[in-house]
Amino acid sequence: MTTYILLITVVVLSISGFLIGRYRASAMCEAPGASVKLHSRPSYYGLLTAMWCGVPALIVAVLWHGLEPAIIDHLVLSDLPPEIRSLPENRLSLVLNDIKNQAAGVMFSESRDPVIREAADHCVRLRAISRMAMSVVILSLSIIALVAVQKRLSPEMRARNHVERFIRCVLVVCSTLAIFTTVGIVLSILFEAMRFFKAVPVTEFLFGLKWSPQMAIRADQVGASGAFGAVPVFVGTMLVSAIAMFVAVPIGLMSAIYLSEYAGSAVRTVAKPVLELLAGIPTVVYGFFAALTVAPFIRDMGTMAGLDVSSESALAAGLVMGIMIIPFVSSLSDDVINAVPQDMRDGSYGLGATKSETIKYVVIPAALPGIVGGILLAISRAIGETMIVVMAAGLSANLTVNPLKAVTTVTVQIVTLLVGDQEFDSPKTLAAFALALLLFIVTLLLNIIALYIVRRYREQYE
Amino acid sequence: MGMPAGTGLDPDDDVAVVDQGFRAGMSSGPEARKTAGEPFTENPRMKCRKVNVFYGDKHAIIDVSIDIGRNQVLSMIGPSGCGKSTFLRCLNRMNDTIEGCRVTGTIKLDEMDIYGREVDVVPLRAQIGMVFQKPNPFPKSVFDNVAYGPKIHGLARNRSELEEIVETSLRRAGLWKEVKDRLSQPGTGLSGGQQQRLCIARAIAVTPEVILMDEPCSALDPIATAKIEDLIDELRERFTIVIVTHSMQQASRVSQRTAYFHLGNLIEVGPTEFVFTTPRHRLTEDYITGRFG
Ligand SMILES: Nc1ncnc2c1ncn2[C@@H]1O[C@H](COP(=O)(O)OP(=O)(O)O)[C@@H](O)[C@H]1O
Ligand SMILES: [Mg+2]
Repeated sequence: MTTYILLITVVVLSISGFLIGRYRASAMCEAPGASVKLHSRPSYYGLLTAMWCGVPALIVAVLWHGLEPAIIDHLVLSDLPPEIRSLPENRLSLVLNDIKNQAAGVMFSESRDPVIREAADHCVRLRAISRMAMSVVILSLSIIALVAVQKRLSPEMRARNHVERFIRCVLVVCSTLAIFTTVGIVLSILFEAMRFFKAVPVTEFLFGLKWSPQMAIRADQVGASGAFGAVPVFVGTMLVSAIAMFVAVPIGLMSAIYLSEYAGSAVRTVAKPVLELLAGIPTVVYGFFAALTVAPFIRDMGTMAGLDVSSESALAAGLVMGIMIIPFVSSLSDDVINAVPQDMRDGSYGLGATKSETIKYVVIPAALPGIVGGILLAISRAIGETMIVVMAAGLSANLTVNPLKAVTTVTVQIVTLLVGDQEFDSPKTLAAFALALLLFIVTLLLNIIALYIVRRYREQYE
Repeated sequence: MGMPAGTGLDPDDDVAVVDQGFRAGMSSGPEARKTAGEPFTENPRMKCRKVNVFYGDKHAIIDVSIDIGRNQVLSMIGPSGCGKSTFLRCLNRMNDTIEGCRVTGTIKLDEMDIYGREVDVVPLRAQIGMVFQKPNPFPKSVFDNVAYGPKIHGLARNRSELEEIVETSLRRAGLWKEVKDRLSQPGTGLSGGQQQRLCIARAIAVTPEVILMDEPCSALDPIATAKIEDLIDELRERFTIVIVTHSMQQASRVSQRTAYFHLGNLIEVGPTEFVFTTPRHRLTEDYITGRFG
């Protein structure tokens, strides 16, 4: 029985559990002469039955699938002759691979070694047993649960409370899952970054002014060790983000003000979606727009003005990134500006304030926490943006704040470190994790600062 | 000002009829549209003639003509949705801010037509202040709330003048003693009644001639309400006040004249004690005796 059929069977069982539970519950109170009152509505009894019928079985199925390979591997290995078992770790895993290929019937790895062939057969047998056992366990679990719940069904049973508690558990599990995934990602970055910091001191990484992550290919090569100073890379990121915010914040904020305060409803219904369309353009499109249109344009303008502009410049990347971010700023600001109660505006107009005075002194201050939040969100977005800078900002890690020069950013470096053939334990690869960690910390700090500002603001005005 | 089609009214008989409007009290029906009592006074501060208000197609105020007396409190009562707020908001052109709202007719402040072409709403609203139903202090300090109006109108030349205006306004609003030690704290942190008096202080600070109040006590407890009512009585010396209220007790306590609105029509206007004791129109009588509303 394949897993799918098994799952479908469990689902069908649950549904019938629901129907049976509901039917029996209503029968209990509607039976002639029955004067009892059900604790919960009948469908709760059905839900309870379905729940017990389906959920434990599903959990067992998931656990089974998770643990089965490890257990089978272990059993197969322990059955191998001692001389194979005493092989070193990596050789042993090769053998295991052979066995698995053989068991899966991959033709080109047909092994002549009888030991391996035997082990493969063993593996196949074990799997069959496991599948069979799983089907039996799950189906019986389902059926037993169904019967047991039906046995205990009684009018006093607090089915509603059980179901509510179960729903709560599901919600808790989902949110925990999300949190644990995040924690897991952070921990893995942290762990890999630690390995990097064993090869390159933290201080050198944080304060080093030179970034050229070439490592010696062979350990005995001399003079080819890389430099892992992250300062130029971070300065590049900051420069590009700053240019982007310089474009996005004023334009975004002002268009939000126009749309929410001045524009008539006809303009608003057209302009708002169009503006938000900007956010829907894939960043790669912005990227080649930046690289092929904006960057050459800036270079030509620069040459005309007698300036030395490189063909990939921080300015080009920043400008285009700024355009990309406008909708973030404007649509978030628009929402918070609209959320400012009309009372506030009326109060101001009632005192004879003009529209722009009302906006400047009443609406914007009242909406400021939201606006600040939107801007900080946009900054994290700018810092993490990759495609545009990969295409338009360049690769050379110049330590400069001149927007006309090529710079590189953290995200670009992470990309270049990880594309192509990699050894997963060379400092060059691990450097990507260190950069990612730093990027993460910076964004985290930004968010903390944002929350702090917003909270202080609220305290002041609420 | 044109007469909108389809209202079923003859534009000519209106002003003529109001003077003998008590006649309308004898019957109901179409005559309900003629104002009973004494809508006009000697030497009024504001004159409204044949005011109509439309929200899109909805005819919210129908041919209302009334005078607002100098240094008097005029209260406007009526069932909810009858257009009291709408009419009040016409008096300082707050309806301009509502999309789709159209006002016809003439409203004069002294001899100035406030809907006239040359009139600028900014100084107008400084002359005719407004206090709203829900206390709506700005998210600023107590001081800045009151200073807001004088600042935007440039009423103070320096900081000390501004402080003086703020103090006087807060004193007039009866709030000074309670807030003088917390001027720099947020106005939104005051109690509901204090917030409403702060809004009154804010309106007073720009030295208006008329103050419009839209159910200023409906969000307040009885004690705060009593304070505001006392305050309104004091303010009458300096200002002309129009107050919308849904409480007839309040109308009789604070106002000298009372206007009764019904479905966008001004049914009856008269000295408060007459309107409450001897209403001339059956609808007014029904309302004040609690038969509906
Ligand atoms: N902004 C608006 N748009 C459309 N109709 C409105 C608007 N404001 C009020 N109205 C309508 O006008 C009528 C009078 O409203 P309002 O003046 O608020 O009544 P009141 O203050 O006496 O309770 C009501 O029928 C209301 O539905
Ligand atoms: Mg109202």
